[in-house]
Amino acid sequence: MEKKTYSNLVVSSAPHIVTNLDTSRTMAMVILALVPSLLVSIWVFGFRALILTVVCIAASMFFEWVYNKLMKKTQTVGDLSAALTGMLIAFNVPSGLPFWIAIVGCFVAIIVVKQLFGGIGKNIVNPAITARIVLFISFATEMTTWPVPNPLHADAATGATPLGILAEGGGELPSNMMMFLGVIGGSMGEVSAIALLIGGLFLIWKKIISPIIPACFIGTVFVFAFIYYAATGDGSALNMAVFHVLAGGVMLGAFFMATDYVTTPLLPLGKVIFGVGCGLLTMIIRLFGQYPEGVSFSILIMNCLTPLIEDFCQKRMYGGAKNEK
Amino acid sequence: MSQKHLQSIHVSHYKHTAGCATEVMPIPDVVKISMSQHIGAPCKPLVQKGDYVKVGQLLGDTDAFVSAPIHSSVSGTVTGIEEQRSASGGNDTLVVIETDKKQEIYEGIEVPTANDLPEFVKAIRASGLVGLGGASFPTHIKFNPKNIDDVHTLIVNAAECEPFITSDHRLMLEDAEDLIAGCQLVMKYIGLDEGFIGIEENKMDAIEHLDKLLAEKGITNIKTFKLQARYPKGAERVLVYEITGKTMNAGVLPADLGIILSNVTTIAFVGQYFRTGMPLIQKRMTVDGDAVATPKNVMAPIGAMINDVIGFCGGYKQEPRKILMGGPMMGRAIFSDEMPIVKNNNAILAFSKAQSMVKEETACINCGRCHNACPFKLLPTALAAAYERRDAQELSDLKVMQCMECGSCSYICPARRPLGFMNKLGKAVVKEAGIK
Repeated sequence: MEKKTYSNLVVSSAPHIVTNLDTSRTMAMVILALVPSLLVSIWVFGFRALILTVVCIAASMFFEWVYNKLMKKTQTVGDLSAALTGMLIAFNVPSGLPFWIAIVGCFVAIIVVKQLFGGIGKNIVNPAITARIVLFISFATEMTTWPVPNPLHADAATGATPLGILAEGGGELPSNMMMFLGVIGGSMGEVSAIALLIGGLFLIWKKIISPIIPACFIGTVFVFAFIYYAATGDGSALNMAVFHVLAGGVMLGAFFMATDYVTTPLLPLGKVIFGVGCGLLTMIIRLFGQYPEGVSFSILIMNCLTPLIEDFCQKRMYGGAKNEK
Repeated sequence: MSQKHLQSIHVSHYKHTAGCATEVMPIPDVVKISMSQHIGAPCKPLVQKGDYVKVGQLLGDTDAFVSAPIHSSVSGTVTGIEEQRSASGGNDTLVVIETDKKQEIYEGIEVPTANDLPEFVKAIRASGLVGLGGASFPTHIKFNPKNIDDVHTLIVNAAECEPFITSDHRLMLEDAEDLIAGCQLVMKYIGLDEGFIGIEENKMDAIEHLDKLLAEKGITNIKTFKLQARYPKGAERVLVYEITGKTMNAGVLPADLGIILSNVTTIAFVGQYFRTGMPLIQKRMTVDGDAVATPKNVMAPIGAMINDVIGFCGGYKQEPRKILMGGPMMGRAIFSDEMPIVKNNNAILAFSKAQSMVKEETACINCGRCHNACPFKLLPTALAAAYERRDAQELSDLKVMQCMECGSCSYICPARRPLGFMNKLGKAVVKEAGIK
C-alpha cells in the first residue's frame, strides 16, 4: 500500500478550538434583544418607528463601511457593532424625527465618537448616547417633539413625556401600568419597560451581559426616588419610585447602554460603582437639574470616569489577596 | 457535600470514541524510538546499527537525575540512529528499528519486587515510567518527595477534561484492576493514608465500575471523586483545589501540600508493571478528528509513526491540515505526520482544513469573558496589554506567573485573541527581566 505523508501541516498555539460566540454573534444577540421593544414602538408610534430604525442602521453601517474604505482599514462592518449603534440611536430619538437629523446623529456616533478614536473597542464614550446628546443640544425643538402614543391609528399630534409633565406640568401623569406597557410619550425605543426588561433578561440569561450594572443602576434610581419623595412628602413615595424606574430612558439605558462592554468597567466592583454612579447622576439631574431627563448624561459622565474606576479596581485587585485562587 | 469550585468554562466534549474499546495496533514495519520522551536530559542510545533487539530491552539511558530509561517496543534489527526535528523545535535522536514481527520478549524481563520505598522507586525508574498525563516528568522522582513524612494523600487525575480524548475513560473500564493495584502500591510504599480518583461526571460508567470494584475488594481508603464536567478540572492546581480545598500556587509542588498527584494512566501502569514486569513500551491513545476515517482508541507501540497509527484507523478520509498530539485545548500542533509516538501521547487528532485555520484576530471589546473564564481570576486583557508593552513589572504584578496556560481565555474570547499564548510569552518576558 502506498503511504502518503503530510509534512506541511498548520502549526499554531493551543487552544485549537474556540467558542462560536464571536463579536458578531454577541452584537446580533443584543440586536435580537431589542426586537421586543421595537415591536412595541411600532405598535405605539406606527410604521415611522420601523422606518426610522432601518434608516439609522443603514446610515451607521454605511459610515462604518466608508470610513474603513477611505482609511484602508480592515472592514469591520460585518461585526454588527455599527448596526447595533444605529438601532440604539433610533431608540433614543422621537419617532417623528426628520431622517436627516437622525443621519447626522449616526455620523456623530460612528465617525466622530467611534472611528476617530480608533474604531471598535477603542472609543471612550458610548456612541449612541453621545449622538443623542449632540442631537438633543443641536436640535432641541425636533428632539423634544414627542409624538403622542396612539396604538390604533397614528396621527400627527404631539404631546409631552411623563418626565416632562413631572418637571413642567401641563398634563396628568400616566399610570405606572401604562408606563410599564409603553403606551406613553418618549423616545422611540425607551417607552416599554416590559419589552426592554424581556430583552435585558434574555441577555443576562445568555450571559451576554452581567446583571450587576442594570441592578445597581435601577436599584439606585428606585432607592434615591423613594427616599426623596418620602422625605419631601410629595405624593406616594413607592409610587413615585416605581414611576422613576419606568419613566424615560432608565430601562433602555440600564440594560442596553450602561452595559456596553467597551465603555464600562470590566471587574465586578467597577460595575457596581458604575451602576450606582449612573443611578445617582440620573436622579440628581431629574430632580435638581434643568433637564427633565438625565439618563444619557449620567451614562456619558460615567463612561468618562470608567478608566479611573477600572484603574482603581485593578490596583485593589492585585494589591490585595496574595493568592489569586 | 458542598464543594467550592474554581471558575471554569463549558467546552463541547466531542467524546465520540467513549464507546470504542481499545484495539491493539499490529506491529508496523519500522518504529523510531525517541531518546527524549521525558522532561530532563535525553537518553544516550545503548544500541548500534545492526544490533538485534527484543521487546522490553533497554535502548537508551543516562546518568542524569531527571530522566527515565527507554525500552524497545518491538523485536527486530536496529537499522540506524537518526536525528530528526522534534515537535517542540529541538532535535531528537531516534533509534530506528526494522521489526521482524516475532515480538520476542527480552530475557531480562521479570516481575519486580520491592521491600521498601528505595527499592520501589528504583523499580519505577527501571520501568521507564514518566507522567503520562502530558508533562512526562519522570515518575520515580515524584514518588520520592523530599518531605516523605508529610505526604498523606494520593490524588489520581482521571478528569480527562480535554475534548475528544477518551483513552483514560477506556483505561478505567478496561484496566480498572491495574489502576486499583497501582493506587495500593503507591500508597503502601510512600505511606499515604487515603486516595482519591478524580473523575468528571461525564464518565459515570467509569465511576460506577470503580466504585463496584473497590466495594468488592473491601477497599475503603481509596474513593472515586466526582468532578464537574467542565474545563479545566484536570489541571493539577484546579484538581487539588476541587478535591482538597487547598490553594496551590504556581511553583508549589503537590507534595508541599502533602499530596502525591499522578495521572490515572501513570498509576495504572504501576499496577501493570508489578504484575507483568514489562517496561513502558506501548500506549493507549484516542485517534479522532474529522480527517480520520475511523476514530478509535488504539494501543500503539511507542515509536510507531503517527501516519501508521492513523493508517490503522482507516487512514485519512480527507486531507489533514492540522494534527495534534494531545487534546485541542492544550495539545501541540505538529508539522508532519512522520513523527513517532512517545510515552505521553494520549491522543492523535487530525483535522481538515475547515477546522484547522486560525481565526482572524479582531479588536478587544472589553467584554470580560476571559476574566470570568480564568480559574485563577487573572486579567487576560490587562496581561495582554502589558505584554504588548513588554512591561515585565506590570506582567509580574498582574501575576502572569500564576497562569497555567489552560487556554480558557483564548477559547472564550469573542475577538479570537490568543490571550493564553500571550501569557506564555509574557512569562518569558518576566523570566528574562529576572523579576522574582
